[in-house]
Amino acid sequence: MGGVHPEENKISNDAAIEVMPVPSQMVVLMNQHLGAPATPVVQKGDKVKVGQLIGEAQAFMCANVHSPVSGTVAKVEPCKDAFGLAKPAVYINVEGDEWMETIDRTPDIKRECTLEPKQIVDKLKEMGIVGLGGATFPAHIKYAIPDGKKAEYLIINAAECEPYLTSDYRVMMEHAEEVCIGVSILRKALGVPNAYIGIESNKPLAIAKMQEMSRQFEGIIVEPLKVKYPQGAEKQLINAVTGRKVPSGKLPIDVGCVVSNLGTAFAVYEAIQKNKPLIENILTVTGKKLPSQHNYVVRIGTTYNDIIKHSIGELPATTGKVISGGTMMGKAVVNLDAPTVKGNSSVLVMDEGEARRNPETACIRCGKCMHACPMGLEPYMFSSLVKNNRIEEAKEHNILDCIECGCCFFSCPANKPLTDEIRLGKNKVRAMMAAKK
Amino acid sequence: MNLLNISGSPHVHSDESTKRIMWRVNMALIPALLVAIAYFGISALIISAISVLSCVLFQWLVEKYILKVPSTICDGSAVVTGLLLAFNVPATIDMMWIVVIGALVAIGVGKMAFGGLGKNPFNPALVGRVFLLISFPVQMTTWPDVSKVSFFGLDTVTGPTPLGLLKGRGAEALDQLPQAWDMFIGHIGGSFGEVSALAILLGAAYLCWKKIITWHIPVTFIGTAFVFSAILWLVNPVHVGVDPTDGMTKLLGFIDPLTTILTGGIMLGACFMATDMVTSPMAKSGQIIFGVGCGLLTVIIRTWGAYPEGVSFAILLMNSVTPLINRCCKPKRFAC
Repeated sequence: MGGVHPEENKISNDAAIEVMPVPSQMVVLMNQHLGAPATPVVQKGDKVKVGQLIGEAQAFMCANVHSPVSGTVAKVEPCKDAFGLAKPAVYINVEGDEWMETIDRTPDIKRECTLEPKQIVDKLKEMGIVGLGGATFPAHIKYAIPDGKKAEYLIINAAECEPYLTSDYRVMMEHAEEVCIGVSILRKALGVPNAYIGIESNKPLAIAKMQEMSRQFEGIIVEPLKVKYPQGAEKQLINAVTGRKVPSGKLPIDVGCVVSNLGTAFAVYEAIQKNKPLIENILTVTGKKLPSQHNYVVRIGTTYNDIIKHSIGELPATTGKVISGGTMMGKAVVNLDAPTVKGNSSVLVMDEGEARRNPETACIRCGKCMHACPMGLEPYMFSSLVKNNRIEEAKEHNILDCIECGCCFFSCPANKPLTDEIRLGKNKVRAMMAAKK
Repeated sequence: MNLLNISGSPHVHSDESTKRIMWRVNMALIPALLVAIAYFGISALIISAISVLSCVLFQWLVEKYILKVPSTICDGSAVVTGLLLAFNVPATIDMMWIVVIGALVAIGVGKMAFGGLGKNPFNPALVGRVFLLISFPVQMTTWPDVSKVSFFGLDTVTGPTPLGLLKGRGAEALDQLPQAWDMFIGHIGGSFGEVSALAILLGAAYLCWKKIITWHIPVTFIGTAFVFSAILWLVNPVHVGVDPTDGMTKLLGFIDPLTTILTGGIMLGACFMATDMVTSPMAKSGQIIFGVGCGLLTVIIRTWGAYPEGVSFAILLMNSVTPLINRCCKPKRFAC
């Protein structure tokens, strides 16, 4: 149902993961996850080590934040994030690279995990693991299945259907074993018989690699998926792997599924087996006009400017947009001085020509938006309902089911910014619902 | 440092545009135009040119002096209307000025009065065509005889169309009906863009390939007309007999299904006019209802109506219920 085929542009596919050097100044945001910000537990002047807890999860929907560097805390005050919003943050002057002694930094791969499911979930919380597919949902909440619900499937999202992104692909190619261990741990935490790793079939090498590795593990099944954006969207992925459909307004667990990103599985391995908190991102630096393409391991909190400086020197003069994420759902970065946060998967540099939107023309009621919509919605109608402030009707026509995948705008011959209008409409619907309560 | 652009996602576009769609529709009409020129001579080309130029001119004038909006004549939609309007008239010399009036009605009343492209409830070319049919009934139903036209000849001998023959109910009509093959390639009398099913299907195949139209409307439209007329024909096939009401010897019964779909405007209507994005339903289920409705109405009008041909009226009637169909036929929601 629905879906589009944007140009894949996986031009950084063959760039092996490199290690990005640690910058001299580091800003760590306390709000790197879905939910409330973590509470800083360090003060100006404190010495911190790599992997030390600096922000504690005190609210329910929250995740721990650890220091990605060693050094002295310079100040604790808000910092503007990549999209220009001020967030509480800890500034650290980097001194050396001294890690917590508890972290296993040896290259040995550790397969055995003796922890009980409850202990695994607690450790996920301790290590500040969040979903790395983009939503940054705290993992310890996702894997603590509420009473009355039962998980039957664990699905690992390695579709990477977004154009340009290659970080998951590189992790599969270089860390297949660690990923499989991570998946086994998550499978154990949930107590489900099988875990399915969904990979789009345009990545045959990764599929072969994962299939070969998964044979050494119990209950891991690699599932090649049809190539179609948004194959990696949660509801679409669950449907492709299990045939089940998550109803409107429900969560995957309501149909017995838990979905995590492949990057998360890798982070889980490092957290559980190596005691390494979530302090690094694997990140693609790419763009058609860039002199070179890269995949990096980056300390979380390295600024966009630092990443650009190290990888390509400076942005090409014709740069139009810098995007965090892929071209379909990524966000345009406002502030390149901002630090990266958990879940960032790319620095995508788009040329002026590529980034330009074509002028909007009249809707010709072709219905392409409707046929492209993977949720079976009617984007053209939301566009006019929202413009005319008919919010109640927009809600009745399930505007909140929209997953903002961008297929409608992508396929619109009149270049109508349908996704923007729907996003606005969703906000208005939520405001209306909040006002009614 | 350069300023960066900011926008919501997605940051890429399929590059599909209204302009590209409309020009591709024009491309798809070229085979039918070439066949028309081959059969009806230069007059088909002249009428097409006059019709297209008038449509573009009227749209430009309305946009510039009445609506006072930037001109959209480059998007090719007025050209589509112009070509389709021309295809719906006979290739006779009278049409060279009558078609200008048709263009004015098509663009002025059929399209711009509602606010321009995308807002018109009825197919503009059909609005123009039906206006001409009602206002100039003689000229609009006087067709040149294809077997007697010369390429540069503007004064042609007129002859009947298959549907006209059948409507006349003369006992000799059966012998004069062309062979199915002639009807398929278009060697028959009729409005000059409608005659060749082959050329029209070629264009329609191109549109399907480019994903501008889908099979739903054309197949259900033509299929319904075929099945419905087949049922009538099986019950009472066309034959010469004595009419008991007036004792005259004439054509009785119903025409066979193959002749039904190969004559008149069914092919052009089903492939190019009923599929007009603006005036047809969006959901596939709605398109099927729309196609079936068009097919039924066409055969009903042809069989029991006053006019020999009913495609234009059928499509316009179905255009009028398109908003209702859109309301009833929603796409299938995910997990519902």
